[in-house]
Amino acid sequence: MIRRTLYWIGENAILLALAVMFVSPIVFVALTSLMSSNQTLTAALWPQPFEWSNYATVFTQAPLLRWFANSATYAVLATVFMLLSSVPAAYVLAKIKFRFANVIFTAIIIAMLLPPQVTAIPIYVMWSNLGLTGTLWPLILPNLLGDAFSIFLLRQFFLTIPSEYADAARIDGNGEFGVLTRVMVPMAKPGIAATGIFMFFHSWNDYFGPLLYTSENADAWPVAYGLASFRGIHGTDWGLTMAMTILVTVPVVLIFFFAQRVFVEGITLTGVKG
Amino acid sequence: MSSTTTTAGQPVPAGRPAAPRPPQPPAPAGRLRASRSRRRRTLTVLALLAPALLGLAIFFVYPLLASVYYSFTRYDLVSPPEWIGLRNYEYLFTQDPKVWIATLNTLWFVVFLVPIKIIFALGIAGLLVRAKHASGVWRTVFYLPALVPPVASVVAFVFLFNPGTGPVNQILGFFGIQGPLWFNDPAWSKPSLVILGIWVMGDIMIIFLAALLDVPREQYEAASLDGANGLQQLRYVTFPSITPVLMFAVITGVIAALQYFTEAAVASGVANGKAVVGEGTGAALGYPGNSLLTYTQWLYVRGFSNYQLGYASALAVLLFVVASIFLILLLRRFKAFTPEGTA
Repeated sequence: MIRRTLYWIGENAILLALAVMFVSPIVFVALTSLMSSNQTLTAALWPQPFEWSNYATVFTQAPLLRWFANSATYAVLATVFMLLSSVPAAYVLAKIKFRFANVIFTAIIIAMLLPPQVTAIPIYVMWSNLGLTGTLWPLILPNLLGDAFSIFLLRQFFLTIPSEYADAARIDGNGEFGVLTRVMVPMAKPGIAATGIFMFFHSWNDYFGPLLYTSENADAWPVAYGLASFRGIHGTDWGLTMAMTILVTVPVVLIFFFAQRVFVEGITLTGVKG
Repeated sequence: MSSTTTTAGQPVPAGRPAAPRPPQPPAPAGRLRASRSRRRRTLTVLALLAPALLGLAIFFVYPLLASVYYSFTRYDLVSPPEWIGLRNYEYLFTQDPKVWIATLNTLWFVVFLVPIKIIFALGIAGLLVRAKHASGVWRTVFYLPALVPPVASVVAFVFLFNPGTGPVNQILGFFGIQGPLWFNDPAWSKPSLVILGIWVMGDIMIIFLAALLDVPREQYEAASLDGANGLQQLRYVTFPSITPVLMFAVITGVIAALQYFTEAAVASGVANGKAVVGEGTGAALGYPGNSLLTYTQWLYVRGFSNYQLGYASALAVLLFVVASIFLILLLRRFKAFTPEGTA
């Protein structure tokens, strides 16, 4: 009994210490985001006074509104396009037996796992020939033609829905399109939501894509990419840089808290059993 | 390529049509209807799949083949590719001044970042499984950093670890320890990114947590009845049941480390205090002293800063070959990645 209590205390002490270490970076970043430019050059860790104006100033130091609008456009369009193209494909791969299904599925898996740099050059040449480099369209438009990771994940969700529901709908006279829209999509809503959120975050956080296609046109930058260049452009003002760091992170955290349950379920499904 | 074209409202499969049907004897009405509905079904399947198939062709199959072709050419995007045989590969293996630095840096991340991250994720998941009180709060605390956009977390870490005013060295100083230069010291820049990697281990941790919660309680009870102590239970019950998930984390971790780019590139740019933009990009990458120059960054520099697209394609083909080894491991080892697999 005493041993068990000691174990309990020990484990919780370790957890608490680790938790402090995991939270403290966020606390220090938040505190620094409220320091004046002069104060960030001192050893002080606590803002004095609280420089709330940093959060307004940062919008005048960089075209931040523009960058946020670019990020929102990229993330929302990519997500919507991905869902339109990938939900039907995932449904077919999960619930309909047909020739070549195995070949197509394997190709999707390889496309999903392949480092993007392997195919980046010919794809860049294509967009360059279309005159769309310097914009975010090369990152948005391909989602109209499916996204491999999303198709894989959506298929995993569709597999968890018993086929009897689809069969019943077919007996009621529905075609495959009807089965998909009237039965499967409503039942797979949490999975579709999780996949959509993953896509939104992926686009919002993307660095390599915007670097490749927009680095020479600051008007087209998404906000995460702009943040990476912010300190280079504006010297060493850590206060403003940290304020911007927080601003870039807030939308993602807000979405997470609103959709925590489906989101965590989604992560669990990305990790597979043998 | 397979697509569906519509002529006057009638969908006609093109390219990859349904298998030609042998001439059929006059069928009774029921069978005729069945065959017509089967054809309609084939068409629907094709229509639902068409965008994804087109996407695979344009953004996967074609670029993969084109990369191989470009790798045998000299190509600068302005004039058409010029065939030069194996010269790119020759240069890659014998002359490229930085390709080995970049390769070794990437391998460093494969060897250190992947296992360290996994050990922490597994350890914390193990603690969380046993935490009875406020388990939701604990989980959120350890998961939250994984949500932070990578660029933001790198910028934050470069600030936290900056040698001048950074809180980390101040706290170390409080204990009388003279902290290193972290992101500004070639010997410490990679370990600094490993610390960042530990901080964002949340998504692997969630997967481990789910796997640990899936281990049947009865197995522990049975083992405990057989007189197994805590360590033996870990060895004979916990470990065997989470091995597949562990394997999955290792292999996907290696594939991710092979393409390690964003964290290293942003850390170099921010610690250097120079904008990682356009023409200047190539110069800033790798700071300090090439210590963060990874393979994919070198590919980027050669391809998109120097516009040596042929040579960069040779680098891409080599990356593909190495990544394929781990890809094949994943495909053979994990049921979920096979067509028969379930969730």
